[in-house]
Amino acid sequence: MADRNIALLPEGWEAVLGLEVHAELLTETKLFSASPNRFGGDPNTHIDPVSLGLPGTLPVVNRHAVELAIRVGLSLNCDVRPSTFARKNYFYPDMPKNYQISQYEDPINADGFLELPSGKRIGIVRAHLEEDTGKSTHVGGGGRIHEAGFSLIDYNRAGVPLIEIVSAPDLRSSDEAKEYVAELRAILVTIGATDGKMEEGSLRVDANISVRRVGDELGVRCEVKNVNSLRSLGRAIDYEARRQVKLLEEGGAVTQETRHWNEDEGKTHSLRSKEGETDYRYFLEPDLVPLVPDERWIEEIRGALPTLPAERRRRLASARETASTKGEMYGEADLSAIATIVARDQDELALGAISAGADTQLVFKHILNNLAEGTGKLDISAFAELLTAEAAGNISASQAKTILADLVANGGDAAAAMEARASDTTDAGELETLLEELIAQHSDEWQRFCEGEQKLQGFFVGQIMKATKGRADGQATAKLLAQRMM
Amino acid sequence: MNALNKPAIELAAAIRSGEISAVSAVEARLSEIATRDAEIAAFVQVLNEEALAAATSVDDRVATGEDPGPLAGVPIALKDNLCTRGIPTTCCSRILEGWKPPYEATVVSRLRNAGAVVVGKTNLDEFAMGSSTENSAFGTTRNPHDLSCVPGGSSGGSAAAVAAGFTPLALGSDTGGSIRQPAALCGVVGVKPTYGRVSRYGLIAFASSLDQIGPFATSVADAATLLEVIGGHDPADSTSIPEAMPSLSECLGRGVEGMRIGLVAELCDGVSSDVARRVSEASEALAGGGATVEEVSVPASRFGLSAYYLIAPAEASSNLARYDGVRYGMRTESSNAVEMNIATRTAGFGEEVKRRIMLGTFALSAGYYDAYYGKALKVRTLIIEDFNRAYEHFDALIAPTSPTTAFEIGSRTDDPLEMYLSDVCTVPSSLAGHPAMSVPFGSGDVNENNICLPVGVQVLAPAMGEETMFRVGAFLESVAVNVAESVAREALTSEALTSRDG
Amino acid sequence: MNENSDSARISEEAVAHVAHLARLRVTPEEQKMFSQQLSSVLGYGKAMEALNLDDVPPTSHPYPLNNVLRDDEISAGSSRDEVLDVAPVAQDNQFRVPPVLEQT
Ligand SMILES: [Mg+2]
Ligand SMILES: [Zn+2]
Repeated sequence: MADRNIALLPEGWEAVLGLEVHAELLTETKLFSASPNRFGGDPNTHIDPVSLGLPGTLPVVNRHAVELAIRVGLSLNCDVRPSTFARKNYFYPDMPKNYQISQYEDPINADGFLELPSGKRIGIVRAHLEEDTGKSTHVGGGGRIHEAGFSLIDYNRAGVPLIEIVSAPDLRSSDEAKEYVAELRAILVTIGATDGKMEEGSLRVDANISVRRVGDELGVRCEVKNVNSLRSLGRAIDYEARRQVKLLEEGGAVTQETRHWNEDEGKTHSLRSKEGETDYRYFLEPDLVPLVPDERWIEEIRGALPTLPAERRRRLASARETASTKGEMYGEADLSAIATIVARDQDELALGAISAGADTQLVFKHILNNLAEGTGKLDISAFAELLTAEAAGNISASQAKTILADLVANGGDAAAAMEARASDTTDAGELETLLEELIAQHSDEWQRFCEGEQKLQGFFVGQIMKATKGRADGQATAKLLAQRMM
Repeated sequence: MNALNKPAIELAAAIRSGEISAVSAVEARLSEIATRDAEIAAFVQVLNEEALAAATSVDDRVATGEDPGPLAGVPIALKDNLCTRGIPTTCCSRILEGWKPPYEATVVSRLRNAGAVVVGKTNLDEFAMGSSTENSAFGTTRNPHDLSCVPGGSSGGSAAAVAAGFTPLALGSDTGGSIRQPAALCGVVGVKPTYGRVSRYGLIAFASSLDQIGPFATSVADAATLLEVIGGHDPADSTSIPEAMPSLSECLGRGVEGMRIGLVAELCDGVSSDVARRVSEASEALAGGGATVEEVSVPASRFGLSAYYLIAPAEASSNLARYDGVRYGMRTESSNAVEMNIATRTAGFGEEVKRRIMLGTFALSAGYYDAYYGKALKVRTLIIEDFNRAYEHFDALIAPTSPTTAFEIGSRTDDPLEMYLSDVCTVPSSLAGHPAMSVPFGSGDVNENNICLPVGVQVLAPAMGEETMFRVGAFLESVAVNVAESVAREALTSEALTSRDG
Repeated sequence: MNENSDSARISEEAVAHVAHLARLRVTPEEQKMFSQQLSSVLGYGKAMEALNLDDVPPTSHPYPLNNVLRDDEISAGSSRDEVLDVAPVAQDNQFRVPPVLEQT
């Protein structure tokens, strides 16, 4: 899986990626003050003297934000440590104090890892607490920032607690980067740390991208900002990695700089070079004291953590392994099936059906193919019962699918649903009539089918299903086709 | 003494018992300010209406049998870096001119709850950066003892207000000596509590790890009462000490019998001879009172000023970044946001503030942090260790508060370093976060204007050692000539005071 | 900028750089004046160089406290009007500033 994307770079090159993810924590109030932490709202209504940095105000740390940060650290296998806050000094109008309170030298969480569905571990360098900024909107001047006009500032977001999660440069492709973000997001949402909405900016990703010839030392990296979806993350990484390879192959050098992803153009642009970078003049925040979470608190938080996606995938894989009677070997496709089921929160259903004796292949097949839109009113025992009937040959696959849809929509037990459907099942005579009509309409296809173009079987079965609105038994139809052909 | 110019405790007692009214006490002070503050310029804002309204409500509460609190009806002046809701709070800077905070400092709320009546906001060196109150954007305050001299700073307005008899109490803030040094120069009591004793919420920051609010008073007992009112834990300040404020008033009369008191050798270096003489008289008096007094060395205190003038500006450079013309205060328009920030700050800050912002920005900047700011933080550790070593052998320490008595206005403005040296005796305990107070102790040699200006003796104690410090301070007061009181009395006898009660 | 603790001097160029970081404008005369004054203050501080500080930990907080936390409960903030009333320029319930260009 890790190699999938290297194909996009010329032979012998690889991308080296590290991601910085900022997630807004799901607290009631801001990191350092008691005004509400809520998305949107009328401009400048979620404010108070502290979040506006008014003269004389002082920050006081939100206990719940610290607890959520510790949850994040524990979920990412980090050491939870004594930590301090520092001031990062730079001027920006949407930052009320013209410094950001962040954790610099001593982050609350460090040295962890995240396990991708592939099993690969991505190092987590640190996951620290910091405050968010407000938002400025450029108005007038034809909408171009370099032309005249003005900016309006809304401080509703100022002071919202963020956790910044910095990965090691362990990612090697845009697909892997996307998997990392998807997995991280799933973890953060599972533990209630964030709502994970990239489109609302509650999860934001910056990518540190460098390239090298396989086996070489790390190359010079660029930090790419303004990627607002998983899709643009992938595009930005691919663009930037190719840009750097091209530059190097032409004998040029990559300059360490911050670059901006332009979604419309599909390109990155230089924002500022390392030399032009602000001197942040970090120093310990004198208005705050260290956080030294005691063991008991940490263990209490650990004890209350929900089961994380990686563990849920392991459980499902092992349930499948154990229940399997055919001794199948499961490969990569299976890992991704398991990941999908867990990501959809349908692993409880799968585990329940398997332990109730349903065939594992059928469980997976139906969940993956027929429950993408959700499980509705379906209950685990009805699901298991239905699949047992299918495995016994009492109902056909297409009947099972139809009944499953019925159970999702209406609930109830499987026996009743199967009964109700049995009466609708098309009889053989009706099927034959339908098939005659089809052959007449599609004589060309029929000719080719009879000459051995086997894939056209699907075409005719599909047409019959369409005509019967899925009531026909697929196996019976196939049998009929075979008879008719001879 | 006029019935309306009693010390704070007596005044509050008289008002609580209904003997005199808060309104008459406040009116008397307001008329005093109206007649004499033009030449002293202690106040940048006098709150006539607000003060009379507050006094009326104190009287109403007394009339209905309620107790308005330990400072019932006592007029008090606030340094203009303390936020007062709806009342302009400027730090005596153009950049904050006219700014009305939408909230109140914790100390101000506590004062109001204790019945105190805020009569005005006092002058200071812009953002509390200075030792003479000459750096105010709104004019220079004069020393009530000699109008050609500075009152000290940066809380010069508050010190002068108490020394002039305008109010029996005032609040100031002390970052490197800004309460103690003007108290010494004006001949009043000034206290810098242990760092964390008094909430900083609502004190406009200069240097956050050093700033402390503290009292000015004409007596140690009044200062103790005021500190009891404003001190104690505040959840709005993360650096506020959780322990309750002890009763300071109780320990005042205990004397110094059996106490061990050290005279800090390094802090006596280079002080003028008249100041040195008073300090040695103070040690003799303490010995006479039954204390063991010995000279003690606190070696790292010699580096206090060097460390202070890196740490304080570094923090200030960050604290003052918020004045950018975006959210409040002054703005100088310009073509884009960065240019507007620059134009606003360049026009809004005075020269001393700019100097310190630049010094602090430099000390923190890439490549210089370790050599300057980082080193200063280590020196701070040494100073704390050396003080703590001294406190293994001594209960309290004494030293001069200021190397000289009040100096002529304009005499130190050309050379910043010379001005900074005014703080040499006070910054070490600021860096340590320890409490220290200045108690008037006689006066210095007669100056060019034929005036003997006040001298202050500084009493230092370990962190949380306010009780010991006040005990020593009260003893020194009892043996000293109270210069401030005599000046205030002179001023008062020359005024015809109208009063309903007296 | 290079480390240059030997001479404890702030050159005029350094003054200009620092002024830019601090969002201040200095005239050529002020540049010269600040360079001299700040160098003299730093020169006074050179005395600290005599100290052996290798094993000395830094002190940032004079009074050691840990874990000062507040409960995650909303309390009445400021009213928007109260805050916007004192804004230098407000528009559409927001703080208006000249165009914000990308930072350099
Ligand atoms: Mg970052
Ligand atoms: Zn960040």
